[in-house]
Amino acid sequence: MDIALEQVGYTYAAGTPFQKKALFDVNVRIPSGSYSAIIGHTGSGKSTLLQHLNGLLKPTTGIVRIGDTQVTKETKGKQLKPIRRKVGIVFQFPEHQLFEETVLKDVMFGPLNFGVKEEEAKARALRWIERLGLPEGTAEKSPFDLSGGQMRRVAIAGVLAMEPDVLVLDEPTAGLDPAGRKEIMDLFYELHEQRDMTTILVTHSMEDAARYADHMIVMHDGTDVLQGPPEEVFADAERLARWRLGVPRTVSFQRLYEEGAGLPKGPPALTEEQLAAYLAADFAKGGGAS
Amino acid sequence: MERILSLQDVRFTYTPDDPDGRYAVDGVSFDMQAGEWIAVVGHNGSGKSTLARLMIGLLFPQEGTVGLFGDPLTEDNLWEKRSQMGMVFQNPDNQFVGATVQDDVAFALENNGIPFEEMTLRVQGALKQVKMDSFLDHEPQHLSGGQKQRVAIAGALALRPRLLILDEATSMLDPQGREEVIRVILDLRERTGLSVISITHDLEEALLADRVVVMNGGRKFAEGTPQEVFLKGEALTALGLDLPFAMRLSSLLGEQGIHTEPGTMTERKLVEQLWTLRSNR
Repeated sequence: MDIALEQVGYTYAAGTPFQKKALFDVNVRIPSGSYSAIIGHTGSGKSTLLQHLNGLLKPTTGIVRIGDTQVTKETKGKQLKPIRRKVGIVFQFPEHQLFEETVLKDVMFGPLNFGVKEEEAKARALRWIERLGLPEGTAEKSPFDLSGGQMRRVAIAGVLAMEPDVLVLDEPTAGLDPAGRKEIMDLFYELHEQRDMTTILVTHSMEDAARYADHMIVMHDGTDVLQGPPEEVFADAERLARWRLGVPRTVSFQRLYEEGAGLPKGPPALTEEQLAAYLAADFAKGGGAS
Repeated sequence: MERILSLQDVRFTYTPDDPDGRYAVDGVSFDMQAGEWIAVVGHNGSGKSTLARLMIGLLFPQEGTVGLFGDPLTEDNLWEKRSQMGMVFQNPDNQFVGATVQDDVAFALENNGIPFEEMTLRVQGALKQVKMDSFLDHEPQHLSGGQKQRVAIAGALALRPRLLILDEATSMLDPQGREEVIRVILDLRERTGLSVISITHDLEEALLADRVVVMNGGRKFAEGTPQEVFLKGEALTALGLDLPFAMRLSSLLGEQGIHTEPGTMTERKLVEQLWTLRSNR
């Protein structure tokens, strides 16, 4: 399911003294099946953009296309329901939204709400609770008796149980420890591959964008300023710095190395493995002997 | 040197009535001297947050003692001890009470009955220390995450604490915000010699501390300088902790037959070694 924003603008509290233009002239295409990362400094408009991806916000100007559905300023609320079934959003700190008596009920809530039969909703919930690596017996517990990391997993299971075609992740690992972070990010990647989902990751972590995404959208001051594969986006650190963004640690290390060794800038190393391979290849060439 | 904090065989369980209950903190001891920066690291559930709550008297241990500024912490001296500590928590949005930045920093001073004139001076001084003095009349909710945490630190500093406790204060921030906050703390330590305990799972942050305490399963797993602690390498990874970038890269380079000095922890040192190795080839 392709998602496209065409000349989208959004103004908060339009027509009041508090009106604030959060987005203007946004033209973004998210190809079906891609793993797209949206990056941008705090206040760049990425959170507002995210809320357009499933009709939580309707554009003040322009069109948002989600598959075959168009969303404009005129679109009625009930026309948005099918979109919400197809596009699942994991918000920041999703565990704050848990509310049911048991984990099972909480995870079933979304599917039931979208008309899935009780039995099927239960089967799905149990499947996702297990898939998220939650210990046996978690389904019957109160979500509020779980640890923070487990609550996060329950909340994510609740979104996945709706089996969306598009999964939008807003800083899904904020506040988790490194091991938990990696587990969750690897799980999303696995699902992305296996289920042929479109995944959209809103992140501050350039490392995650570089490692997982195949497409990137850079937001700055309310509009899109660059779109392309991570190799291209991270090739030019000076350009990113102008938008108050950095490059992944691997790339800054690579540039430092190249500078001191008197080498031209190579293609950016997007993962630590790529960086090690790049350095080894340079050593194999004979390094300083050349 | 003066002992700021002293934990002796501290044990704490959230379920004291359950004979099989797990101890969240299980026999932990360590001391902290004035002017030290100690990083307490550990994965979620390792006991580090419970440890923080014990240090500030939000919880009291069932066994052992928590000593602060030379005395054991008790219900009776709690407020007096706490008035000498500043605390900054994880979520920058949960810590604001004032409508403007300066009101917010003034809040605790007002509660402590500091006269108006001195209050004004302290508020401005504290905001200056965190480089937020040009934001006096801004609304806290419109600041970036890093700015919010700097204001929260200013709120703590205005009370002139002897000990600053940061409980995952950088974990919700973007990379710039994290850097801003860390730079402010480094700068404060340099100029004022403030004692700092930071509870964190950011090992790059822990690298900057004087001493690192690693928690696992409620126990102290390791303690030492960052150098000593991180040399444990895979033992830390096994606990779900992440080694600093330079160490991870060194180990990947080792697999490629490029051998750097063990225990190289900073990127600068690693790249310098690589330049040398390269030119000697």
